[in-house]
Amino acid sequence: MRLIRRFEERAIELVRSGVIAGGIHPYIGQEAIAAGVCAALRRDDFITSTHRGHGHVLAKGADPARMLAELAGREGGLNQGRGGSMHAADFGLGILGADAIVGAAAPIAAGAAWAARQAGSDRVATCFFGDGAVNQGVVFEAFNLAALWQVPIIFVCENNGFATSTRTEDAVAGTIAGRGAAFGMWTRTMDGMDVEAVLAAATEAVDRARGGHGPSLLECLTYRFDAHHTFEYTARPRYRTTEEIEAAQARDPLPRQGARLPEQVREAIDAEIEDLLTEAVQFALDSPHPDPSTALEYLYADSTPVRAGVA
Amino acid sequence: MPNQSYLKALNRALLDEMERDPAVCVFGEDVRSAATNVTAGLFQRFGPQRVLDTPISEQGFTGFATGAALAGLRPVVEFQIPSLLFLAFEQIADQAHKLSLMTGGQARVPVTYVVPSSGSREGWAGQHSDQPYSLFAHVGVKTVVPATVADAYGLMVSAIRDDDPVVVFAPAGAMRRRQDVDFAAIAPVPLGRGRVVRSGDQVTVVAVGHLVHDALAVADELAALVSVEVFDPRTLHPFDWPGLAASLERTGRLVVIDDSNRSCGIGGEIIATAAEEMRLIAPPKRVTRPDGAVLPFAAALDRALQPSREQLHAAILDVVGLGANGRGAWLDRDDVNGADGSWTNQVVGVPRG
Repeated sequence: MRLIRRFEERAIELVRSGVIAGGIHPYIGQEAIAAGVCAALRRDDFITSTHRGHGHVLAKGADPARMLAELAGREGGLNQGRGGSMHAADFGLGILGADAIVGAAAPIAAGAAWAARQAGSDRVATCFFGDGAVNQGVVFEAFNLAALWQVPIIFVCENNGFATSTRTEDAVAGTIAGRGAAFGMWTRTMDGMDVEAVLAAATEAVDRARGGHGPSLLECLTYRFDAHHTFEYTARPRYRTTEEIEAAQARDPLPRQGARLPEQVREAIDAEIEDLLTEAVQFALDSPHPDPSTALEYLYADSTPVRAGVA
Repeated sequence: MPNQSYLKALNRALLDEMERDPAVCVFGEDVRSAATNVTAGLFQRFGPQRVLDTPISEQGFTGFATGAALAGLRPVVEFQIPSLLFLAFEQIADQAHKLSLMTGGQARVPVTYVVPSSGSREGWAGQHSDQPYSLFAHVGVKTVVPATVADAYGLMVSAIRDDDPVVVFAPAGAMRRRQDVDFAAIAPVPLGRGRVVRSGDQVTVVAVGHLVHDALAVADELAALVSVEVFDPRTLHPFDWPGLAASLERTGRLVVIDDSNRSCGIGGEIIATAAEEMRLIAPPKRVTRPDGAVLPFAAALDRALQPSREQLHAAILDVVGLGANGRGAWLDRDDVNGADGSWTNQVVGVPRG
């Protein structure tokens, strides 16, 4: 959690200084979900992530230096600068990528989990998405397929109270948990700002999936402390009060978990993370920019010829 | 040599690839009962783990196939109706297609989407009669439109073996074709390689899918007047531009017949590319559906909006300077008109390209 928090803070600095173009969707406040869920997963399990995906990718084990280089659009990035903040992937770690279309990764994650089971493996998939995704039809299509075919997947809904600026209660009829239950999925709602609570629920869901008991839905109640996207720093949309943010910060998952650790351990972790991120920032800054002549590289799996934009 | 149908070619390609590669599996609506017959016999042969009837959830099962491909399978997804591709377009164009580039080459998405009976089936009206292949070529998804029984087999095999998403459009007008072929003897047809179906040296007709057969018929009708070369691109993306250029080197004149709507259809792209980069000695023409066409139900109305042999016939004559419109403006008019400069129906010869 501390790694994710400090990673995001360093990334925001790099957005402000212009190193990261296009801005980011900070995960600050929601760290307990990525950390708790990924702690229940194996290295070879799959995840799909979202536009607000740095936390998931880091928690699944991606190298922060290569992640930061990706955000900066460098050759040394996870995706060699081709994906950026919203598409970071590391297939070697089962990270099938962050996805910038809300809800669109739900069937992809389900398909990967199904194929793994077909291959005789006990790998599972986790699909992270926000409360904004629960009004996308494709998510329910994926719920149905997953439940119908007993796919080993854990759907993790991070209910942070807002789809950009629209409050969950202004967008969601009924309840999110009710939507999981409607498909017969094992569904739990928990305090998504308590990493131990998330880990406990995720462990049970993962065990169920691995044991052949089908999909689950975890609704993790949380709050986003920072902007929907860094564009808010200049656009300054008004959709919540400082008081509301401060009230949520009283439930900050970091100090809550920190209090459960011996002070010396906590300090050692914090120091280690600072060193790691200092190195990561340096790695990103030192990594070369991609050669513009390679802009179409990887468009196809093979060497399919593509014409330039001018003859 | 056995006489085989186009439908059998698709079916046999699927069967052969499923036999050859255990990673090949089939998703779609009613694929076990084989409502379209493309998947006939596959469920009985390969069982429920490899032939999956899906709910009516086009976005869902299209994305599901992407995920299965990322995890090592090689799914074939059948869409019974071409318009269903609009529902799944995000999952194909924005997800499956983009993952390779966005992940810096980490992702491979070897999914084949097969659309039996694309285009007009006469009497199926506005939401069952689209021919949206240009849409996929535009966004860069590999797109094939086999015209013949042999190509239906050879292109389907290549599509399944390809490591990228490929859409296979099987036009309704081509599904009726039969041909004497030995499937076992057909080599996979490489994507991006067109074929000169009929040689000629005065005009190249590029025809897409079922329209290849119309082009051949019109070329035969005009044989006494014009030497028509018929070029079947077979794959719309990647397109065989060198193949087209070689044909235009011979003929210098171009007509395209394409079942797309006119604006932004592949026909426009073919003409633009030829105009920019290839040898043309006369203004080209294209025969397409009208701009933004929606095919009406009544048979006469449906047919009225599809590219026709009559339109192609007229376009060819126009391009070679024998048309009623007196087109062919880039020609020396003395070559085609009477000595006094007036229009004549008497053929005085079309200059060789």
